[in-house]
Amino acid sequence: MTVVIDINHLNKKFGDHEVLKDVNFQVNKGEVVTLIGSSGSGKSTLLRCINLLETPTAGEIIYNGENILNDGHHIEKYRTHLGMVFQQFNLFNNLDVLNNCMVGQIKVLKRTKEEAQQNAFKYLELVGMSAYKNAKPKHLSGGQKQRVAIARALAMDPDVMLFDEPTSALDPEMVGEVLKVMRHLADQGNTMLIVTHEMEFAKEVSDRIVFMDKGVIVEEGPPEAILVNPSHERTKEFLKRTLR
Amino acid sequence: MAFLESSWNLFTNNWDLFVRGAWTALLLAIIGTICGTLIGFFIGIMHTIPKRKKNVKSMLLKVFNFILTAYVEIFRGTPMMVQAMVVFYGLVYLGIDIDRFLAASLVISLNTGAYMAEYVRGGIVSIDKGQFEAAQAIGMNHLQTMIHIVIPQVARNILPATGNQFVMNIKDSSVLSVISVVELFFTANSIAGSNYKYIEAFFIATVLYFIMTFTVTRFLLLFEKKMDGPASYKVELITGNKLEKDGK
Ligand SMILES: Nc1ncnc2c1ncn2[C@@H]1O[C@H](COP(=O)(O)OP(=O)(O)O)[C@@H](O)[C@H]1O
Ligand SMILES: [Mg+2]
Repeated sequence: MTVVIDINHLNKKFGDHEVLKDVNFQVNKGEVVTLIGSSGSGKSTLLRCINLLETPTAGEIIYNGENILNDGHHIEKYRTHLGMVFQQFNLFNNLDVLNNCMVGQIKVLKRTKEEAQQNAFKYLELVGMSAYKNAKPKHLSGGQKQRVAIARALAMDPDVMLFDEPTSALDPEMVGEVLKVMRHLADQGNTMLIVTHEMEFAKEVSDRIVFMDKGVIVEEGPPEAILVNPSHERTKEFLKRTLR
Repeated sequence: MAFLESSWNLFTNNWDLFVRGAWTALLLAIIGTICGTLIGFFIGIMHTIPKRKKNVKSMLLKVFNFILTAYVEIFRGTPMMVQAMVVFYGLVYLGIDIDRFLAASLVISLNTGAYMAEYVRGGIVSIDKGQFEAAQAIGMNHLQTMIHIVIPQVARNILPATGNQFVMNIKDSSVLSVISVVELFFTANSIAGSNYKYIEAFFIATVLYFIMTFTVTRFLLLFEKKMDGPASYKVELITGNKLEKDGK
């Protein structure tokens, strides 16, 4: 198995508050990894450290054999290899759906307009949003926005997709349409790292589930092992609370 | 009615001068608003460059931003009439023979820039942090984020303030008459003096100023509406939903 991202001894402090403590884990090519854990356990911070929206305090993040935390590493270039999907969608409000999916390809990857458009359409079709190509974000529902946000990230042809609670800001009736798209991506063999509270979904799509608590990875393993037969007390407690 | 007739006669006899004066006032306002807005965006961007490591570059940036802040404070804290005198006669004193219209354009631009800088800074700060993060996440650097994502949104949000500044500039261009720029106030004043018709001349100036500001205000409202586009979106059902077709 090829390791895409290798995280070693990662540590993150906000002031005196240690949010991530000696985190070690890998994401392999084609693997779907789900991060679970109660609110405030550091899941978002871990995801945001991986694409450097937060700067880790210590540790290394190895991508393609290089520690991207080394001085002089091209951060912008590295980020193009990671697709990020936010809880709050964060579509570019000044651009329509199509241009949301094109601007990064053209301005960052320097693709031609035709190339970018073709690629954008491909992914808008995939998420079922091509009919809305000229709509502005304000015209869309939450579920539609998130599907466009997924297409925007995919259009950069990243190596890994990062999802930070992609359905948590959605009305319940819209959760399904987003999960459907994500399930499809998982089936296609995309490499995905997902933070979610949707346990059923996690069980279905994950190759591996990682349980975090208070900034520490408590245990990880295949879905059955973690969700059905957890070995740690903290995992059991968490599951009891969430599955009820 | 004698007053209106007398005013009308004064206008028809000097219409070319009045129109030229009004045009100069409008031109100063246009130049001032455009250049001032550019200055404002430049300062706004400089002030919001994220601070990374402490090095020579960040020190230089700090010094430069201090100078920009000083400029903003000074131009906001003094009357434009005085600025015009200082800039024009100051340049003359330094042996720089500057055209009066050029000096007036410079002053109104610098003055507008000082105000716009604050609007732009406020506009950038009020843009949702998620917009910056999404841009960074697809690999944009600060300048690209600003140019393609943030500034278009800020420009739209501060459009009312910019329009307001434009209208103010049409009116305030009158104070630039202190350096003898032949704009509308200066024109009205000299026609009034040479014809001994003060009320008529300034009545005409009033009407012309009002026509300009009123027209510009209406035009800007239309422009704002147009920029916002339609309130809803009609789906063009050309392509089907791929996932549905796949039966997923
Ligand atoms: N920018 C920040 N500044 C200070 N503390 C933060 C910041 N972001 C997150 N935290 C803290 O870090 C901890 C972990 O947060 P987060 O990673 O968002 O958890 P999760 O996503 O698992 O709910 C929380 O206690 C939160 O208050
Ligand atoms: Mg979170």
